[in-house]
Amino acid sequence: MSIELLGITVLWIFLFGYLIVASIDFGAGFFSYYSVITGNKNITHRIIERYLSPVWEVTNVFLIFFYIGLVGFFPETARYYGTALLVPGSIALILLAFRGSYYAFSTYGSKDNKWYMLIYGATGLLIPAALSTVLAISEGGIILENAGTITLDWSALFGSVYTWSVVLLAIVSVLYISAMFLSYYAHKARDEAAFEIVRGYALFWSIPTILASVLAFFAISKHNPEHFANMLDLSWMFVLSFLFFLIAVYSVWKKRNLGLAFVAVILQFGFAFFGYGASHLPYILYPYISIHENFTNQTMGAALVTAFIAGLLILVPSLVLLMRLFLFDASYVQGKSDKKG
Amino acid sequence: MFDYDPVLYSRYLTELTLAFHIIFATIGVGVPVMIALAEWTGIRRNDRYYSLLARRWARGFVITVAIGVVTGTAIGLQLSLLWPSFMEIAGQAIALPLFMETFAFFVEAIFLGIYLYTWDRFKPKKHLMLLIPVAIGASASAFFITTVNAFMNTPQGFTLENGVITNVDPLAAMFNPSTPTKVSHVLASAYMTSAFILAAIAAFSLLRGKGDRLYAKKALKLTMTAGLVFALATAAIGDLSGKFLAEYQPEKLAAAEWHFETQEKAPLLFGGILTEDNEVKYAIKIPYALSILAGGTPGYEVKGLDQIDDELEPPLYVHYFFDGMVAIGSFTILAALVYLWMSRRKRAAKPLPRWLLRTIVACGPLSMLGIWLGWFYAEVGRQPWILRGYMKVADAATTSMHVDKMLLLFCLLYLILAFTAVKVLSKLFRNNDVADELIAFGVLEKRGPLK
Repeated sequence: MSIELLGITVLWIFLFGYLIVASIDFGAGFFSYYSVITGNKNITHRIIERYLSPVWEVTNVFLIFFYIGLVGFFPETARYYGTALLVPGSIALILLAFRGSYYAFSTYGSKDNKWYMLIYGATGLLIPAALSTVLAISEGGIILENAGTITLDWSALFGSVYTWSVVLLAIVSVLYISAMFLSYYAHKARDEAAFEIVRGYALFWSIPTILASVLAFFAISKHNPEHFANMLDLSWMFVLSFLFFLIAVYSVWKKRNLGLAFVAVILQFGFAFFGYGASHLPYILYPYISIHENFTNQTMGAALVTAFIAGLLILVPSLVLLMRLFLFDASYVQGKSDKKG
Repeated sequence: MFDYDPVLYSRYLTELTLAFHIIFATIGVGVPVMIALAEWTGIRRNDRYYSLLARRWARGFVITVAIGVVTGTAIGLQLSLLWPSFMEIAGQAIALPLFMETFAFFVEAIFLGIYLYTWDRFKPKKHLMLLIPVAIGASASAFFITTVNAFMNTPQGFTLENGVITNVDPLAAMFNPSTPTKVSHVLASAYMTSAFILAAIAAFSLLRGKGDRLYAKKALKLTMTAGLVFALATAAIGDLSGKFLAEYQPEKLAAAEWHFETQEKAPLLFGGILTEDNEVKYAIKIPYALSILAGGTPGYEVKGLDQIDDELEPPLYVHYFFDGMVAIGSFTILAALVYLWMSRRKRAAKPLPRWLLRTIVACGPLSMLGIWLGWFYAEVGRQPWILRGYMKVADAATTSMHVDKMLLLFCLLYLILAFTAVKVLSKLFRNNDVADELIAFGVLEKRGPLK
């Protein structure tokens, strides 16, 4: 594997990590708020909070890691995306800032403030919508370069069916992934009442998720036929993705093997996400930035890969410890052991 | 009001975000060290007061961490959004420390999550151990990000030929001449500021006379002692920074000191104002002091602004930032010495005088102001460069037409965040009375708390 392919693979893995943990986080925030306005707060809110509280900060790091890595491995992305994305990027940043801080205000400060919950619940759906537009932009035709000047074509961005299909897919997937995870978590906590509610969410959001996926397929074939042709070459990945979707939904429907069901959700999105990413190559921004021509110098590339391996040696055991303490510790999950001091 | 100029607005927006972020970043670096000190003291002396101190500090700390994380994300991405051409070079030359900073941040985030939710799941000593990665992670991310800033001041480790970067040496870029003094000054001043902020809280509750006196007195003793140590370290490193500047960035030092003519036995000017034709009035003149600061001996020849091209000269108002920073540093050292002397002499007898408590309360915000002034001095003092000697600020900024609107949006964001943070933090401490917590902790009997 060439070093630039290794670089983009690492980054794609971290973006996928962000997609999964952030979806759980964003969706849970929304469900949390929804439970307050529908009067179910006592049933579902506590289980959501028990999972989210120790991990919210980690979620954010996945995104920063991806962004810093992208600029590090492919410095020219900074000039293209940086110049073009000032407005959408700033809006996404403001949403992230609101969500992150109001989550903390609501969880550690004023517990019963509905406004704080509304802010972090609502931004939880707006952020994936905002971030997902970058996927549409990376397909080309939206960032334009004329005589060295880089601009974002707003009408091309909002006029594209692909943009809207990606936004729709992002929002429904967030709700679906989150509800699937919470079903597993509530089941593990033997919290029947909460389980029934989040299972309903999971099954409800599974249909829009698959419909939005089909819509996105259709839209990309119009927007970037070259990319779509590459996707057809990797069609086995998308077929596998659909199979895992069926397994996940069936298990939740039957209320069996919830852990396995969530693994199937990860695989469902994993195959789709990596299939999409692999067929996008070699472009990071079609047609301006490709992984081969715009890779950083070899010395820095090697240094980054070394740092990455050293970092993983610390990161992986720490993440395992975190998960063992809060995700796979039965007494913590069931709320028997203590909460924060 | 202003003509639209993306360079100017990009500078304003970066300044605004950094100035806001630095409050929470400083607390984020320093407070875990103070929490660890409190917990460790509690274990060593078997004194539950200190354990409660650690818990209460940690509770407020989470709120500030959240804002630190989100504003840190903002400045991280704004670097690319506002300074795309700079980041392209940064990506080639100093991506390594940027990348490693995220690992340090990862470790801190993971262990902070664990620390906050395992107060009673681990024995105290084990629980204290969890803070070590938190404190190391926080200080390491400050270390890495400061090396990036140091690189902007004294770039090295690459060659630039016709706008193309070659011969990159990532480690040389990271460990540039600026790195040692900059990193150590940043770390020491962050520890110092956090100690004084926590001291200000303790002094404030003693002044109001509410809560448990013994608890507040112990908090004050711990924080003021630590504050003095860190403030002395900050001053000593500050002196080294002066010598560094004289050698590598003489224009920055000369601008700060209004030192126009190159000379030996240079005097140090404190305070004063500059007239339109560059005459200094009302300043206190300390003979030889600038030569000693810059070179260690009175005979040292300090380069003046006469040796700098006019268009490469930093703005002269940085003098006020420099003096303000030094004055605040000296003031806090003095306040800490007076406190230690007073509390020793009148041990356990009379309460501390109110003027002293008021002074200590002032030390908290003053140290934060010192951090601001120091950063303003360091950053404005390297104008017009973004990469000293390589790239000017004006060539690095975005060409987008919308920076002014973004500036307004972020202004609004920070105002709302600051307002809510103050509200939430004060509510958090009002609703959790120390005496009640001490009772719940089993330290105090119910009714008739010890005074």
